[in-house]
Amino acid sequence: MKTIAVIDYGMGNLHSVSKALEHVATDQKVVVTSDPEVIRNAEHVVLPGVGAIRDCMAEIRRLGVDKVVQENIASGKPFLGICVGYQALMQDSEENGGVPCLGQFDGHVRFFGDPLVDDNGEKLKVPHMGWNRVKQTGSHPIWNGIEDDTRFYFVHSFYVEAADQSQVIGETRYGKTCHVALAHENVVAVQFHPEKSHDAGLQLLKNFAEWDGKSA
Amino acid sequence: MALAKRIIPCLDVDKGRVVKGVNFVDIRDAGNPVEVAKRYNEQGADEITFLDITASNEDRGTTVHMVEEIASEVFIPLTVGGGIRTCEDIRRMLNAGADKVGINTAAVFNPDFVREAAERFGSQCIVVAIDCKRVSAEGEPGRWEIFTHGGRKPTGIDAVEWAIKMNEFGAGEILLTSMDRDGTKNGFDLDVTRTISNAIPIPVIASGGVGNLQHLADGVTEGHADAVLAASIFHFGEYTIPEAKAFMAAQGIEMRL
Repeated sequence: MKTIAVIDYGMGNLHSVSKALEHVATDQKVVVTSDPEVIRNAEHVVLPGVGAIRDCMAEIRRLGVDKVVQENIASGKPFLGICVGYQALMQDSEENGGVPCLGQFDGHVRFFGDPLVDDNGEKLKVPHMGWNRVKQTGSHPIWNGIEDDTRFYFVHSFYVEAADQSQVIGETRYGKTCHVALAHENVVAVQFHPEKSHDAGLQLLKNFAEWDGKSA
Repeated sequence: MALAKRIIPCLDVDKGRVVKGVNFVDIRDAGNPVEVAKRYNEQGADEITFLDITASNEDRGTTVHMVEEIASEVFIPLTVGGGIRTCEDIRRMLNAGADKVGINTAAVFNPDFVREAAERFGSQCIVVAIDCKRVSAEGEPGRWEIFTHGGRKPTGIDAVEWAIKMNEFGAGEILLTSMDRDGTKNGFDLDVTRTISNAIPIPVIASGGVGNLQHLADGVTEGHADAVLAASIFHFGEYTIPEAKAFMAAQGIEMRL
């Protein structure tokens, strides 16, 4: 049986991610683990995460998850980053006074700003919490069966600004244009929570579980 | 293109059953929480709130199992409140599959608990519940005070100042319930909802008093709420979630349809 490894580095709620994957990938085994050997042997790898980036990065480095991520991405297997696990793949984040990240994508994590206003000058709440539309700006197997502009569930106060527009496959407008889905070779990463995004989110996870890691 | 306003059905759970006190007296049984949660998930609810109103601690184990069961089948955000007093309580609920926890009385007696919880688990999962009553007289500028113990005990704490403080302490969201309105079906207290929502940068969920769909819409348009919570209008089949969403969307409110 093929395995999907959900990397556990002690931050946040991994139950939701693993339950949702179990729900859609019924012929695959889902394991929540920090064991490099188990992750190495898995066919698919997921890096989730919630909370503050400083704490997440500290745990990632303390547990050696940084090397595990690097190695598994280099191996060419399908790799999915979610939320803070998405932000952790960028160069750095402005959160907590500036935190260097894993640098798998050439992008920066920025603060939404205070006050944040929409296109009509109305004040917007931060965190960006709730269901917002995702514009599919690039084709990718994870979008299979998901309509353009479908709403996904977000919770975040910092957003990603990618340097290479050709890697951006999803954008959301919230006061700014946020890059909310990036893809490069065998890596795909999303700001929103597919595991909390009802049918569309489950479809995305199913697409990932079926993906062979080859772009488009 | 904008963020949708959320509709959140609330399950008040006592000893493993969904109940709803009408004016806190006539408690009506509304079914098994897992079945009810699944029904709302299928109907397109944006989130679900599970409020454990069980008085005794020995029944808490039931709650954990129910949260686990709901979280295995319902893939939208799940908030669990009631009896959350320690970081251990939070850890237990998050491990069971909750995405957020509601902290109410414990925050009033120990505000630092909110700070500690937000630092440890992240603001995104800390919802501070505020139960308030209007204490200003008719015609006076609005003033609201926090009450505990189901609305029986005043605390002397101003609700607006408290909301500002809870934001500073790291709350990610405020669940605001008007105890004057809860169970009355007369609509939200729009004044307190708007005053608090405008005073803080984090989202506010309006709660207490929904009797019809116009009340939900008013919560957003006049109360400036980011989400609206209701229980009995959905539990007893008066309205469905899609009906509520269509109604609000027809008034120009951004909804996830």
